[in-house]
Amino acid sequence: METLFLVAVIKFVLYVAVVLVAVILVGWIERRLSAFIQNRLGPNRVGPYGSLQILIDVVKLLLKEDIVPKNAYKPVHDLAPIISIAVALSTFAVVPIGNTIELFGHEVKLMIASVDVGILYMLSMTSLGVYGVTLAGWSSNNKYSLLGGLRSSAQMISYELSMGLSVIGVLMISGTLRLDQIVVHQARYLGGWLPAWNIFLQPVAFITFLVAAFAETNRLPFDLPEAEPELVAGYHTEYTGLKFGLFMLAEYSNVFTACAVITTLFLGGWHLPYVENLGLTALALSILQVLTFCVKVTLVLLFFIVVRWTIPRFRYDQLMNLGWKVMLPLALANVLVTGFVLLLI
Amino acid sequence: MSSNGKMIRKKDLTIWQKVYIPEILKGVRLTIAQIFKPKFTYSYPEERFEPQPSFRGRPVLVEENGIERCVACGLCSRVCPSLAIEVQASETGLEKERYPVKFEINMVRCIFCGFCEEVCPEEAIVMSKEYELVFTSQEEAVFGKDRLLKSTEELKDRLEFLRQHR
Repeated sequence: METLFLVAVIKFVLYVAVVLVAVILVGWIERRLSAFIQNRLGPNRVGPYGSLQILIDVVKLLLKEDIVPKNAYKPVHDLAPIISIAVALSTFAVVPIGNTIELFGHEVKLMIASVDVGILYMLSMTSLGVYGVTLAGWSSNNKYSLLGGLRSSAQMISYELSMGLSVIGVLMISGTLRLDQIVVHQARYLGGWLPAWNIFLQPVAFITFLVAAFAETNRLPFDLPEAEPELVAGYHTEYTGLKFGLFMLAEYSNVFTACAVITTLFLGGWHLPYVENLGLTALALSILQVLTFCVKVTLVLLFFIVVRWTIPRFRYDQLMNLGWKVMLPLALANVLVTGFVLLLI
Repeated sequence: MSSNGKMIRKKDLTIWQKVYIPEILKGVRLTIAQIFKPKFTYSYPEERFEPQPSFRGRPVLVEENGIERCVACGLCSRVCPSLAIEVQASETGLEKERYPVKFEINMVRCIFCGFCEEVCPEEAIVMSKEYELVFTSQEEAVFGKDRLLKSTEELKDRLEFLRQHR
């Protein structure tokens, strides 16, 4: 029992460190890559190739004055970024980084909590994230913030539906809600050579989930809630100092978690095809699988960033149109077809 | 827009364009191609931007053979849109008979428009190529004759440019 408790504490500390480092990494990759796309260099003075720039930005934000507007409702104004960052950081707890390993005679799963309701936990946490945004917009006593907050919450709620429905297709195939079991289920081969990743089995669900993930994280092309020309800065207009820093960290953390979940559900998580036959030691295999996970998450992240600089922003009615009239029927049709095919097989 | 408010397109979108995903992928290819193109950032201060002779930097007084060309007529002071120049004339035994005993430009007011250079009858004040100005107080920003005098060798480019284009 002592060992299990120690293992749990170590996992927790490691995970928190990993998430915070990952957030800094996401910020660094985003700034450098965005700069390269725009034919300019990004930050390259602080740390090697500018990697510590986000850290210094957070320090700068810490030293700034904390201004609360006079007629803002202070308790909620203080609470909103806390909700945002708490939800954003805790969503990552159910994502498996690698396969189950044997450590000191115990089976250790490389995730904080292998809860029975794995993917539902993640969906419910993103629903809670809506609170952070809406309360921020409302409590600021600023019409632009209010509009930004309302738009953001409407957008997030609309796309949560298609996100949940597109996951149902994956669940029907895997037969379980636990994320580590879903990845293990994808570690098979179809026809002997094609890895059974859900992107090959459920392409429509992949596209729907991808689009919904863009909308959930308020990322272009769905970033109307933070669009500068339209809403000043949207729901975080009236925030300064560390609270603003928390919103930014929460956004990067959400992006990272969205990439991790997409990798887990559709791209086979930590699975590297054809590597079991090489006869590596268990430790080398584990390390390779963790590295594979990191590489896959980075690829999805690069896609997120590149799409940001490719597509123009959606108008609000186009956004809602897409969410309700295109994505929802598509996800429902996917569930129907998947069920039908599973019945036949 | 027609009277019933519907948008008229010259050519309707093909089915591939309506789905929008193939268009996104085409755009992504273009974006990724841009990543490998050359960057246009100067790594200042290691690489400085060296401007052309036509660049309007800070105004300087031209010094020929050790003496300023300025005759303290006061035209630059009158034409300056932001009232940055202050000239005080005095008598001298040289051929030009007048010289500025006090010539001050307040660099915080100067807008680098070049009117003073245009109006000067003696070509005594020109816009140099310097753009790196730093001061730590408003008193320090008032440049007197000591900081404004530059010899003709240093201002060759600008004087040549003025000769050609005036």
